[in-house]
Amino acid sequence: MADAIEKVSIIISKGSFEGVYPGLILANGARMEGIECNVFFTFFGMDVINPKKNPYLKVATVGNPGLHLPTLVGALPGMSAMVTHQMAKKMEELDLPPIPEFVQLLADSGANLYACKASVDMFELKKEDFIGDLKDIITVGEFYAMAAGGQIIFT
Amino acid sequence: MSTAAIAGVDVDVDAEGFLQKPEQWTEAIGLEIAAAHGITMTDRHWLVSKFMRQRYLDTGTAPTIRTLGKESGVEIKELYQLFPKGPAKLAAKIGGIPKPKGCI
Repeated sequence: MADAIEKVSIIISKGSFEGVYPGLILANGARMEGIECNVFFTFFGMDVINPKKNPYLKVATVGNPGLHLPTLVGALPGMSAMVTHQMAKKMEELDLPPIPEFVQLLADSGANLYACKASVDMFELKKEDFIGDLKDIITVGEFYAMAAGGQIIFT
Repeated sequence: MSTAAIAGVDVDVDAEGFLQKPEQWTEAIGLEIAAAHGITMTDRHWLVSKFMRQRYLDTGTAPTIRTLGKESGVEIKELYQLFPKGPAKLAAKIGGIPKPKGCI
């Protein structure tokens, strides 16, 4: 195939369950096809590579029309945890890993994981706050240099 | 579906060269498919390919990369060293089973 994709760079900017999984699945799928893959975590997406936060990401039940829940019902205490629990159960049946395991799977598969410098500065974080497999904290310019010659996907 | 001669045997394959009838497979066929992808089979390669093949024969579905890493006896990092251009799919092809369909 002459026009096969050889490299992708995926940007994950959200910290909600449903905001995170598509990017992780795309990244893992790329590596499974032997495609070079970079993942750039920015804003709340950085929770994915923060071991103190990544076990606790939840589905947004307020302001999420895709769930078809009335806003006030979505705002009930425990609603987000309950919907997250149901979704996580379904995912486990499909052999989709929980987020911390998924990030490890990605790192082991050879995907390059990066945090966004501006976001790291804004949230006053350091490299030690992230998983050991984080490759680097990089600027947008460095991200583009790294992504050159491949596809960029924003999730 | 079409027919291809691999290791001197006519087998049914799809457009990408995955065997469609696992019963037509032999180790010689696996070796030739591996060689065509630049892979020299070792015991570790066979461990993965045969695990995949057996799972497929037992369950009708190829295991996911996650299951491979957990249950085949070969961890994810090594899977990618053994099959750099896509471990699950290449191991399935060499093991003589249809192309895995899952996203994981």
